[in-house]
Amino acid sequence: MDRPLAAEFKVAIVGSGPAGLSAAAHAAKLGVSHVLFERTPHINDTIFKYQKRKHVMATPEVLPLRSDLDFKEESREEIIESWTAAVETDKINLRLGVEVTAIKGQKGDFTLTLSSGEAVAAENVVMAIGVQGNLNRLRIPGNDLPFVQYQLDDPDEYKGEEIVVIGTGDAGLENALALAVNNNVSIVNRVADFPRAKAGNIALIEAAIKRGDIQHLANCEPKGLEDGGFLVLDTADGAGVRLKCDRVIARIGALPPRRFVESCGIVFPNDSPTAYPAVSETYESQIPGLYIVGALAGYPLIKHCLNQGYEVVEYIQGNKIPPADEPLIQAKLDDAGVKMNVNELVAAVRERLPLFAALTTLQVREFLIHSNIHYPKSGEVVFKRGEFANSLYNILGGEVGIQVDPDNPDEMVRLRRGDFFGEMALISGRRRTSTVIATTQALLLEIDRNTMVKLVRSEPTIKAGIDKAAVIREIKTFLAPQVEDNLLRDVVESSAVVEFRPNEKLIEEDATDDSVYLIRKGSVTVSMNCGGKDVVLAYVPAGNYVGEMALITHRNRAATVTAASATEAIRMDSAAFRGLLEKDPALRRKVEAKLEQRMMDRNLMQRNAEAGDLIKFLVREGCGEATDVLLIDESLCVRCDNCEKACAETHHGVSRLNREAGPTFEMLHVPTSCRHCEDPHCMQDCPPDAIHRAPNGEVFISDQCIGCGNCERNCPYGVIQMAAVPEKKPGLLSWMFFGRGPGPGEDKSPAGLARRTGGKHAVKCDMCKGIDGGPACVRACPTGAAIRVDPAGFIDVMRHAGA
Amino acid sequence: MSVSDRFTAAGLDIRPTRHESFLAYNRFRFLRWATVLVLLSIALYLGVRPYGQPYGGGWAGYTLGTVGALLILWLTWFGYRKRTYNSNSGRLAARLSAHVYLGLALFFVATLHTGFHFGWNIHTFAYALMCIVIASGIFGIFAYAHYPRQMTENRESMTTAQMLGRIAGIDDELRNVVMPLDDTTVAAIERCIETNEIGGSAWRQLSGRYPRCTTAAAIAHMEAIAEGHTIVQEAWRQTLVKLSEKAALLARIRRDIRFKAMMEAWLFLHIPLTFALLAALTAHIIAIFFM
Repeated sequence: MDRPLAAEFKVAIVGSGPAGLSAAAHAAKLGVSHVLFERTPHINDTIFKYQKRKHVMATPEVLPLRSDLDFKEESREEIIESWTAAVETDKINLRLGVEVTAIKGQKGDFTLTLSSGEAVAAENVVMAIGVQGNLNRLRIPGNDLPFVQYQLDDPDEYKGEEIVVIGTGDAGLENALALAVNNNVSIVNRVADFPRAKAGNIALIEAAIKRGDIQHLANCEPKGLEDGGFLVLDTADGAGVRLKCDRVIARIGALPPRRFVESCGIVFPNDSPTAYPAVSETYESQIPGLYIVGALAGYPLIKHCLNQGYEVVEYIQGNKIPPADEPLIQAKLDDAGVKMNVNELVAAVRERLPLFAALTTLQVREFLIHSNIHYPKSGEVVFKRGEFANSLYNILGGEVGIQVDPDNPDEMVRLRRGDFFGEMALISGRRRTSTVIATTQALLLEIDRNTMVKLVRSEPTIKAGIDKAAVIREIKTFLAPQVEDNLLRDVVESSAVVEFRPNEKLIEEDATDDSVYLIRKGSVTVSMNCGGKDVVLAYVPAGNYVGEMALITHRNRAATVTAASATEAIRMDSAAFRGLLEKDPALRRKVEAKLEQRMMDRNLMQRNAEAGDLIKFLVREGCGEATDVLLIDESLCVRCDNCEKACAETHHGVSRLNREAGPTFEMLHVPTSCRHCEDPHCMQDCPPDAIHRAPNGEVFISDQCIGCGNCERNCPYGVIQMAAVPEKKPGLLSWMFFGRGPGPGEDKSPAGLARRTGGKHAVKCDMCKGIDGGPACVRACPTGAAIRVDPAGFIDVMRHAGA
Repeated sequence: MSVSDRFTAAGLDIRPTRHESFLAYNRFRFLRWATVLVLLSIALYLGVRPYGQPYGGGWAGYTLGTVGALLILWLTWFGYRKRTYNSNSGRLAARLSAHVYLGLALFFVATLHTGFHFGWNIHTFAYALMCIVIASGIFGIFAYAHYPRQMTENRESMTTAQMLGRIAGIDDELRNVVMPLDDTTVAAIERCIETNEIGGSAWRQLSGRYPRCTTAAAIAHMEAIAEGHTIVQEAWRQTLVKLSEKAALLARIRRDIRFKAMMEAWLFLHIPLTFALLAALTAHIIAIFFM
């Protein structure tokens, strides 16, 4: 077959984002014959589509930059300008507006088919197409009229316009909400609700529709667009309407690049929409000569992409340069005083830690950057009981002892090379349950919480491995600390970890099942139906069991148990549990004594419905998943807002709490302020991994924030805001005596906020981490109305209210 | 261990686990201090004879005067302390507790210092100013103890913005339901929609009385035309229902503002007179020692 060969290149690069452009720049520098294809008419489409003047962060800060392109923390415009200039000066062979539609062949002989029908031959291919995909366009007449657009750069650009947004995914909703500030916005919806958006966005759009800020055109279908700004819609009643508007913004998703990648012969490890194709440590896919770098390989940060572009060209040239992270990991080893090099460490992790056996070398290196290495001497404490959990520890060498019984520190459970510990608090999001001490000199690898969460999500064998060990340890810690392992075997083997969504029922009143549930994460409420009303009898946090009453009394379930937050429980088979109680009379007595206490508490609570209502209220407001929450006693609160002013004054002029907002029950008010959740919603989708939990439990946002706003949308309690940093203001005395500058809390007013310039960051309560005196809101309350409480404190507050 | 341990360990009672009023702070610690101070002052006054020759002089008189003057300076400093947020000096509630009880004790200390000699002079003037400042403070204690609960009960879980939003909603509904009625009624409703008198002068805020309230006027008008509205009775009834709802909401907002004003109004006496007191106190000291 004749093949029209346009050119022959050593390397063809697909996609001119940070990864692709960096690869092309390095190829040009080394004089390697190359070509760079970009389907849009400009380089770097993703950054191009950022909001105008967006401040782009250069994270992770610790990672050195390794690229022929310049990159530092700067604005979108500066980056585009500098990289566009680099195309010229570096003599990059760039072809804009050309889409690669197929890649066939093997190392040394690839053929790339272009949208023009032309074919290009290359020895190697670097795929750097990102994960954005191609934006879908409306498939109706008039879809390219000038008033129709498929993306929105800067919502503030439009004022006083009639705008119709088509598309009810997150992008559509976010655009509609942002535009509604200055325009009349309607949103077209094929159905009546918003099944494809995140919960946070749904709540915002529904509120905006209710307020009348946005018009909801439900059950409507776009039929056509006409000159002069008309949108024709089919309506549910079949009548149809012709809307006049200034602008139509269609956000109807993008075709993910996965299909194209698979058509090139690359296999994905699983069907998850977040799955990335596996690559070797030199970024090579299963097809030799076909390399994958950047976001498509699972590295969304610009600096990673730039480095990988540089490195992949070096690898193609046959240069085995060490990765950019090598000195970082080496420094961790050196700091800990371990005489090892990075390759030895990677090999040790892969050989000695069965938990991570399924990971590739690249994945191991990636998590090592976010890990710490400890080399404690015999007798040194690794962590103490009661600290907040941030990490999982793995033993690469030596031995540690876990002090299971705080009253008897000499009694220790020993763990050795290959074992891990610290998973219980990591799962529950609560404090460490035991103190751990090195019993010989031990080489420990500490992996931080966020990295661990990502690993658990991406690799099922890690989750299974952790769960297997955790179940035994949780049963031992929370239920039967003195019981021999062999007695527990039946219970452990017949148990299962069950997950419950908030408000899902673990146990229903009057049901005939009799399993016992050990809550290991989250919390539950126990309630009973009294005359048609659901009366809450108890709040049970993680680390306790429920459901033993039916098993002991041989009756139907006496109460309903409902998850107060996302909850995980170990369901223990009733026969096995009963068997354990028979074999261990001491445990039986303990369980029965607790049951008796619970029955007495319940009787007390049944007579005191108000306390039950208070529990219900606090749970509904998220206190069930909180580790620390601000509660205001309104019978003491004089509405001076000194709490807000104190918060603003200690946090760059932006108060992270709204005293007036939020619900009140009786005199107890839960203001809009961070609950420091056990499993923080805000952490779930943070691209630069900027949200962390400090050892004292504070959930905080570090300087690495890129201002994407994900956390703001993910927080169900609305406690995160996007804010710019204000100017520095003069001291308090010069305000008091000379009227200089904004006074305490005054710069958080609309006028003060308008003066702020610069990039916006996510801000939230950090519980005044780093301020010795503790939370400023509580300190500044003149009347004692504001307190912050942890879960142990809720029970106290509840009792107090019930008394 | 809990998060709070970090602070309690540092000796700062930052993390109370339950709500405690500033009046009852730390089992009335500052009430006990103030009582001791007053008892000591009385003992000094009764024990040293002859007391203060003349008028609060002598070592006992000077001691009481010095303690009183220092107390005044320290109490004034509360305004600065309240606005220092980045401090390690503990809870403001503790400071307010001390401010309240030692402020009350000041009355006794200063009164004993005078030796009950009063006249038309700068000395008694300073004393009188101090008494007014303390009296306004006592009203403040009453307001702080009394109004917060009433405010919450009055609001029924609504924020100010929600109440105002609901009023705007009622206004829209009023425009529709009043349409079938006669022109004078429409005009009365229009006036009621145009002007919603909320807040206003200090007197309005504090009294909660709004004699020119357009909603009240509209209700009066509706009642006046109650007879002879058979055909449009439904419109008349609905209008009145909406007006009553609006009047209730307005009353609620005005009460809210009134409570807030009551909690703030006394400060307009308390703070300026404190500065006047400082000036008078300076004059008093200069007059005693340098004239």
